[in-house]
Amino acid sequence: MNQVIYLDNAATTRTRPEVADAMMPFFTEHYGNPSSVYEFAAPCKQAIARSRETIAKSLGAKANEIYFTAGGTESDNWAIKAAAEAYQAKGKHIITSKIEHHAVLHTCEYLEKLGFEVTYLDVDENGVVKIEELKKAIRPDTILISIMFANNEIGTIEPIKEIGEIARERGVLFHTDAVQAYCHIPINVDEYHIDMLSASGHKLNGPKGIGFLYIRTGLKLRSFVHGGAQERKRRGGTENVPGIVGLGKAVELAVATMDERAGKERELRDYLIGRVTAEVPFVRLNGHRTCRLANNTNFAFQFIEGESMLIMLDMNGICGSSGSACTSGSLDPSHVLLAIGLPHEIAHGSLRLTLSEENTKEEMDYVVEKIKEVVDRLRSMSPLYEDFMKNNQA
Amino acid sequence: MYTEKVMDHFQNPRNVGEIENASGTGTVGNAKCGDIMRIYLDIDENQVIRDVKFKTFGCGAAVATSSMATEMVKGKTVQEAMEVTNKAVMEALDGLPPVKVHCSLLAEEAIHAALWDYAEKNGITIEGLEKPKSDISEHDEDEEY
Repeated sequence: MNQVIYLDNAATTRTRPEVADAMMPFFTEHYGNPSSVYEFAAPCKQAIARSRETIAKSLGAKANEIYFTAGGTESDNWAIKAAAEAYQAKGKHIITSKIEHHAVLHTCEYLEKLGFEVTYLDVDENGVVKIEELKKAIRPDTILISIMFANNEIGTIEPIKEIGEIARERGVLFHTDAVQAYCHIPINVDEYHIDMLSASGHKLNGPKGIGFLYIRTGLKLRSFVHGGAQERKRRGGTENVPGIVGLGKAVELAVATMDERAGKERELRDYLIGRVTAEVPFVRLNGHRTCRLANNTNFAFQFIEGESMLIMLDMNGICGSSGSACTSGSLDPSHVLLAIGLPHEIAHGSLRLTLSEENTKEEMDYVVEKIKEVVDRLRSMSPLYEDFMKNNQA
Repeated sequence: MYTEKVMDHFQNPRNVGEIENASGTGTVGNAKCGDIMRIYLDIDENQVIRDVKFKTFGCGAAVATSSMATEMVKGKTVQEAMEVTNKAVMEALDGLPPVKVHCSLLAEEAIHAALWDYAEKNGITIEGLEKPKSDISEHDEDEEY
């Protein structure tokens, strides 16, 4: 098989051809600066307004609550740093979880250096934030709770509605990093009591380099990128018009196809999980079995290391990812896998395969066969497996 | 990210396996850090390494450095094997990415650990050989954000 089987949709997705088509005129024809007065720039302004409307509608929000950014990381940075700055008179305590994306974790660590105090909530063995711990962690000086909607590594969906209700009752702002969940799960900002929400275009078959931050009306967040008067003076810089158009189109299509898409992905996901856990010995599924993103699988194979597995799968045309240290550039495996209680050596052997509706059952069959081959081969080379087998024979 | 030689040794590792009643074995590394290497040496009465096998739990670079290191010590005397340093292994592989340099240190350490085991069993001294550390772990540098 010389075709690529792309199973890394949590890393990024294919831009839909309709999205690319919608963007093209905004490179070559409608290239005017939206801030300009002349009529030539009007289509750009209108296109931005349309995208903003589409996105607002998808969340049950108002158009003027959507602020375009360069992506999820910028949105997370903005939400957390600006909320900390704006509300520090009330207090300097922030609550987040141990399994957040680094865009949130490293931002919080940065704020700690500036004198803020951060509580990193534990999660249970499935990666679900402990609600009782959250309630106990809230103090009079708590100004922000930031909990991701769904985890990017293990796919666990957090109890966002409960968290939002608690935040609302206790008068604390609530931000959610919804980069993995937005347009994959229905989200309504009022129903979930979300005050700020981060999202990114390229996780929903849109373009890279574009995202947005939802900011509820009334929040006094200052600008994060200073410059011109774009985005109601809250985010300077000439708008990424093609990106905004592409994001709007991607959201429109993703919302329209959400149920059908999730249904297909869930079926493939459960088929893959079923076969791998039944046919490969010494494997476990990481993350919640059911409260899980429709396209996420994450396995830990004992006695082998993730990067080796990825290279071997790559040689067979399969794109996946791993939480092993060697893929993170440090000696520690994924903080998420450690937070759900996996020992280091097992976390090193993790494999994340994230599907799309374009995958097929035949591909899953091929992938399972290749996983079995690769796991066998690496185990035959593993001193840990050798020791384990010897000890079990004795 | 890897050179052709690294990929070759990863895809077709030389000398994978075990040696029963080996003259010397050494296991180094730490599962916590994601690398463990075990080297088996079969050494004849003239102190020549007749055969060598390895098993490795680790990334592509860990497997490739183990494979290359075994190739380089095979047929050598124990004293010559001491000259197979991590630098020599890396050079033979046309280099490693900076974050993978510790893998080559591990390969050198594994050879030394197996030689040490052989020397102890036979009551001999190998010049320049020191008792190996049981594991190698480097502190990753704190990045500024």
